[in-house]
Amino acid sequence: MNLDRRSFLKITATASGAFVLGVYGVPKAFGQAPRRSFNAVEPLAFVRIAPNGAVTIMAKNPEGGQGVKTHLPMLIAEELDIDWKDVQVEQADGNDKLYGFQFLGGSTATPANWETLRRVGAAWRQMLISAAAASWSVPASDCTTKAGRVVHSASGRSAGYGELVAKAATLTPPALDTLKLKEPSSFTIIGTSRGGVDNRAIVTGKPIFGIDVELPGMLHAVLHKCPVFGGKVKTANTDEIAKLPGVRKVIVVEGTLGNEKILPLNPRLEPGVAILADSWWYAENARKSLKVEWDFGQGTFQNSDAFTQQAEDALKQPFGQVVSHYGDVDGSLQSASKVIEATYAYPFLSHNSLEPQGSTASLKDGKLEVWSTTQDPAAARRLTAKITGVSESDVTIHLMRAGGSFGRRYVNDDDVEAAWLSKQAGVPVNITWSREDDMTHDSYRPSGTIALKAGLDAKGSVVAWRQHYVTFGDGKQSILQGGIDPRDFPAGYVTAYQLGMSNSIPLYIRTGPLRSPGANSQAFVYQSFLDELAHAAGRDPLDLQIEMLSRQPATGFVVQPNNPQALNPERLRGVLELVAEMSNWRKRKSEKGRGMGIAAFFTHQTYFAEVADVSVDSQNRITVHQVWAAGDVGSQVINPRAAENLTYGGIIDGISQMEQEITLLKGAVEQTNFTRQPMLRMRQAPNIKVQFRKTEYSPTGLGEPMLPPALPAVANAVFAATGKRIRTLPLKRSGFSFA
Amino acid sequence: MAITLKVNKQSHTIDVPGEMPLLWVLRDVLGLKGTKYGCGISACGACTVHVDGREVRSCVTPASSVENRNITTIEGLADTETHPVQMAWEETDVAQCGYCQPGQIMSAVALLSKTPKPTDTDIDSAMSGNLCRCGTYPRIREAIHRAAEMQTARGGAR
Repeated sequence: MNLDRRSFLKITATASGAFVLGVYGVPKAFGQAPRRSFNAVEPLAFVRIAPNGAVTIMAKNPEGGQGVKTHLPMLIAEELDIDWKDVQVEQADGNDKLYGFQFLGGSTATPANWETLRRVGAAWRQMLISAAAASWSVPASDCTTKAGRVVHSASGRSAGYGELVAKAATLTPPALDTLKLKEPSSFTIIGTSRGGVDNRAIVTGKPIFGIDVELPGMLHAVLHKCPVFGGKVKTANTDEIAKLPGVRKVIVVEGTLGNEKILPLNPRLEPGVAILADSWWYAENARKSLKVEWDFGQGTFQNSDAFTQQAEDALKQPFGQVVSHYGDVDGSLQSASKVIEATYAYPFLSHNSLEPQGSTASLKDGKLEVWSTTQDPAAARRLTAKITGVSESDVTIHLMRAGGSFGRRYVNDDDVEAAWLSKQAGVPVNITWSREDDMTHDSYRPSGTIALKAGLDAKGSVVAWRQHYVTFGDGKQSILQGGIDPRDFPAGYVTAYQLGMSNSIPLYIRTGPLRSPGANSQAFVYQSFLDELAHAAGRDPLDLQIEMLSRQPATGFVVQPNNPQALNPERLRGVLELVAEMSNWRKRKSEKGRGMGIAAFFTHQTYFAEVADVSVDSQNRITVHQVWAAGDVGSQVINPRAAENLTYGGIIDGISQMEQEITLLKGAVEQTNFTRQPMLRMRQAPNIKVQFRKTEYSPTGLGEPMLPPALPAVANAVFAATGKRIRTLPLKRSGFSFA
Repeated sequence: MAITLKVNKQSHTIDVPGEMPLLWVLRDVLGLKGTKYGCGISACGACTVHVDGREVRSCVTPASSVENRNITTIEGLADTETHPVQMAWEETDVAQCGYCQPGQIMSAVALLSKTPKPTDTDIDSAMSGNLCRCGTYPRIREAIHRAAEMQTARGGAR
């Protein structure tokens, strides 16, 4: 599979003109980046072998907790044929000329690198064999390798890679697509659990995160922004602040925001007051004495209560536009035995990475160095070059480990701030956002409202499905992440289907992708409503979905059998059947106050089905006891224990989201810290059991797809336990909470 | 003002305001970056250190309040980088992003020093002040049980 930056964009923006910015919401500017195939890598750049045989493998992608710093080098090591214990892994700088597409997101690391990085390892192995064969004057085809040595069995000769590397490095690497790769049955690294390469550094507190960067002469900065996005400083007591202990410089930031009504992901520079000091605390503490008169700008009209009302109003109107339609929905609804209607709503969400946004930059003699936690190094380079006026070729992006990313670190606003401040201050600058900055100036997952209407025939089959999706926008263009994927199940597996959208509610805060974008809200809505339909039909929710997924796709629905981005019903059925078996679904007991719920979703090329077992007490407090998860990532799980870790984490993340919301009052975000933004804690975390169903397909990623089914699995379990349906998130807006 | 802090068995005399939180003294003055900032209001536990063997949230602990007390950070947990809890964390492959883990480890060490063989309920109550945004809780639980076994094998808690 060949996935370059452009086709990644194309894929995310496929299927419908109304699906304006794609599920992934990659902004247009992204598409203007120079086209480079991910296959266009420099194999030599990925590996260094020392004369003593020690092997260093470069980790090409940003690491934010997904484990790519370990599992991508495993792909190279496998084909290079070395012992994993002899491998050191080193984080690469941002350099797409050497490493190809470097990106954290979209669960792309595995599908985009599975072939290429194994071929990089194989190319090195081939060069080492050629070097040995030449020095022994034997045919290369008679040589093999074993754990870091080239072996010529016929003569009994062998040489370590370290002895051969000087000669091998003079050879031209073979074309990657000519190499023969190992059969999976002979893998010794891929498919075996390998601990994270940074584990020791993490548990001993080494300074490996973005926030830990310390440079000689560096100042620590905060940038105090207007509570309302885009608001500007009218006056501020900067002279007074500059005299406070430890403070070195105070700068009013005019900012470089444009006049767009639909905000872009990369916001340029936001206005505010920057305080630069000897320690971050001096800067943060000085901020308490800061008195700013703001020009709040154009964002003050925004109130969450008003948004709720506007959405209700929009639902009374016809669709603003029809996104997707096939079959006779009106006719099917009229002839249906039963018609079910429900309206679902979900809130804005923040990312809450535990390491807040931050970056370190040093601009000296026309050269800019940035120590970044970006998910998108190419964008960090472009944006920091632009704000400082340094040419892109004079920018170095060092990739630091990120204390969580979750989609927040595409924005690169922190990098832009650090670079700009370093230019103004003439010294290296580390900017660290306070938790309050982080929560109130995020790129939020937008809220949404979906009204659904479905028809059941006499046998309890779903014959019609109509949904009206309300989001923000100017009536033509939706906000970033306001798109909706018309391919999501059950589209195609009901007899008649219509998806309408209204996007006329204005918004002026930045929105952006949050882990499993699109799916993290749509799965809750569709999989909860399907559960409602099953109960209305008197059918087991599992049977209903299995029956739908066993149908031929509906006439009029565009099926894309060879597109890994399109649903393969057999695979979704497969994980549903597996999770049913794991959880003993068909023999589940029914008792008051305790119940099990099932949900499944396909997103980011991967399939997950989950069952939750919950109890609900008399005060509507929910305890999630157990979650079973069945995943299908294709033919190979690369690092099984790490895959299990990610699955645990994504499920806990999804369940956490059920309690979270971001609300706006007069344009300002009301939640400012973890006290008002709950997150699951140890005592609330369920037991989780994970199994992967091996299928014949090329391996896919695990950053995101386990998250979406967790919400409806829990919500459906709550219904089983109580008979009450959760249609509005967060839970408190449906009268529930976590115990 | 001049303050003397005893961090990881080393004495440091520094000139900072007395109200400066211990977290920022550790990170920006002493260059010990292992202790992390997460919330600044004692809500997440990322900044957990030990003062005289007990866990405290360094983000809300004024430096002047811990003068001449024994402060231990993640960097000073073991003389040889082989504290059983750190080893258990590493072998269990607990970390995802890893940012909260120094705080988690400090809380776990404090738990195990009081309760060498904790039950799941003990773990729930001792560890629920430490947030993990990545959701590593199942692995943390596993690692604490493993560390308890390792400590027992070594002849008791340190």
